[in-house]
Amino acid sequence: MSVTPDSLTTSPASQSNSLVRRFSLTAFKEAIIKGLLFGCAFLSIFTTIAIIWVLLTNTLSFFEDVSLAEFLGDTRWTPQFEGEQKHFGIWPLITGTFLVAIIAASIGLPLGLLSAIYLSEYASPKMRNIAKPILEILAGIPTVVFGYFALVFVTPFVLRPILQTMLGFEVGIYNALSAGIVVGIMIVPTVCSLSEDALRVVPNGLREAAYALGSTKLDVSVRVVVPAALSGIIASFLLAFSRAVGETMAVTIAAGQQPVLNINPLQSVETMTAFIVNISLGDTPAGSIEYKSLYAVAFTLFALTLTMNIISQWVMRRYREEYQ
Amino acid sequence: MTLNSSPQPETPSVPTPGPNNDSPDMNTANKSGVVPKLRPTDEQPPTTALGQFAKLFQNSRNEPGVPNPDQAPKIEAQDLCFFYGEKQALFNVTIKVPPRSVTAFIGPSGCGKSTFLRTLNRMNDIIEGTRLAGKALFDGQDIYAPNVDVVQLRKKVGMVFQKSTPFPKSIFDNVAYGPMIAGQRNRRVLGEIVETCLKRAALWNEVKDRLAESALALSGGQQQRLCIARSLATNPDVLLMDEPASALDPASTARIEDLIFELKQNYTIVIVTHNMQQAARVSDFTAFFFEGRLIEIGETQTLFTRPKEKKTEDYITGRFG
Repeated sequence: MSVTPDSLTTSPASQSNSLVRRFSLTAFKEAIIKGLLFGCAFLSIFTTIAIIWVLLTNTLSFFEDVSLAEFLGDTRWTPQFEGEQKHFGIWPLITGTFLVAIIAASIGLPLGLLSAIYLSEYASPKMRNIAKPILEILAGIPTVVFGYFALVFVTPFVLRPILQTMLGFEVGIYNALSAGIVVGIMIVPTVCSLSEDALRVVPNGLREAAYALGSTKLDVSVRVVVPAALSGIIASFLLAFSRAVGETMAVTIAAGQQPVLNINPLQSVETMTAFIVNISLGDTPAGSIEYKSLYAVAFTLFALTLTMNIISQWVMRRYREEYQ
Repeated sequence: MTLNSSPQPETPSVPTPGPNNDSPDMNTANKSGVVPKLRPTDEQPPTTALGQFAKLFQNSRNEPGVPNPDQAPKIEAQDLCFFYGEKQALFNVTIKVPPRSVTAFIGPSGCGKSTFLRTLNRMNDIIEGTRLAGKALFDGQDIYAPNVDVVQLRKKVGMVFQKSTPFPKSIFDNVAYGPMIAGQRNRRVLGEIVETCLKRAALWNEVKDRLAESALALSGGQQQRLCIARSLATNPDVLLMDEPASALDPASTARIEDLIFELKQNYTIVIVTHNMQQAARVSDFTAFFFEGRLIEIGETQTLFTRPKEKKTEDYITGRFG
């Protein structure tokens, strides 16, 4: 392909009627931009693949030393112990993780959904413009702050006076409940923001039709708008739950590091994320079995959250009501 | 729409209806030339632009039993004005709607006919920044009085919208919605209500075997009849219909029109329509709105064949709007 001075300019005089594509500066620029954009998109995909690769290879190397049967069958998780005392049963970490996540969900999901209903159906536009940014600030607070809030405020000034002093339960300084409460507060913005989006796109005609049948505002919100937005709401729940499962700093600080098979929320538990932090911080020699166990735990966590995200995507697609 | 204060906006001057040979749909011979405005009862075929409507009334089924306009009105508006913020949308509308009749509101887009319809069950309350002056009465009671329960009013004055709005629930739950929010929990009673209303809305035979299926799976015409059935389930006295057939195909439209004719036996119906043929076909009375004012109201046949106002005639003969 020859480059002529004519083909590099776009002056009308140089335009012939030929439709044959020739090399031009414009086309060259287009190609470069396309390449750059592809590179940016590919980078994030590459990073994801690389992470999965690292997780997978190290996990496989971990299972050369520890059998899958022990990993899934044992109920003790003591990788830092010596010799015979070493046990690699994942269940204490899974129960710890889900204990915190379920407490968080039972607080965060209703709170988030109710705030979303308020913002979408009840709040005046003025109120919404004030309340929504404030709620989004909540999403911007570093999670480590939530962790200390649980440790130095929720446990000593809320849980202990009520549960220990008044009701007589023993409350550990590190406990799953305080961690669950702050993680619950933490996921409110996620639930609220996504649910509100789902509620807002419900067509107004549906609300008017409900009002025309003699509905009160509560009837309209609860019996018509929420069911119509159900797929989006459920998806926001699943996303928030997987965020609670993956939450790290707050639970590491507030729930402690006791990997015991225990569902008492007033005692210390260790979540999968907290264990990863623990190993990463400590002086565990690289390449040791304890070190490799970190990858096995991380891979389990990754598989769990990925499954939940896939389910939430599927729910969104499957149960979406199509409105014009 | 411009809402100037001039009550008589300029309209293009048009020749008075009179000698007029372009009535292609008149198959009867009409070569006589000069024929003044015709009454449809005359033997001669109609020849004016209005004649197309006169033809409609030759086999009119709403001729017998035209409700007596003098009986106590079901709905009444007195000097009703309505504002969206600063903008006035309705100017001193005064109207009486007799019970068990069909009244059609016609007029060009933006003339206020839908707005007026929505004042009759206070649907405009939902829109922020609206204001109403004057009176709207239902069975003689001022519906804008401070002690009026809007929820009760809307149960008595049902509404069907232009776009069918089935809830994302089963067919059964859609129809049972009104009674359920009113506190009816008895499944057997609900079942009876659902059956009665679906029958009245001429939908029962099509859906009786799949009441538990989603209402969203129905066709457009079926959805609209479902919405009518749903409105009937709250046992209203009045049905307000805002262009109920404008999004439907001709066959579905015909079914809705048949239905309106049936429902007239038990309900007072007010219908907003863009389709003048439809207004002429289904209604006993027609009101013509223009620029937020009620220009003329009368028996449908009279209004379409012998309109009193020039503007009405211009509109229904298609000279504007």
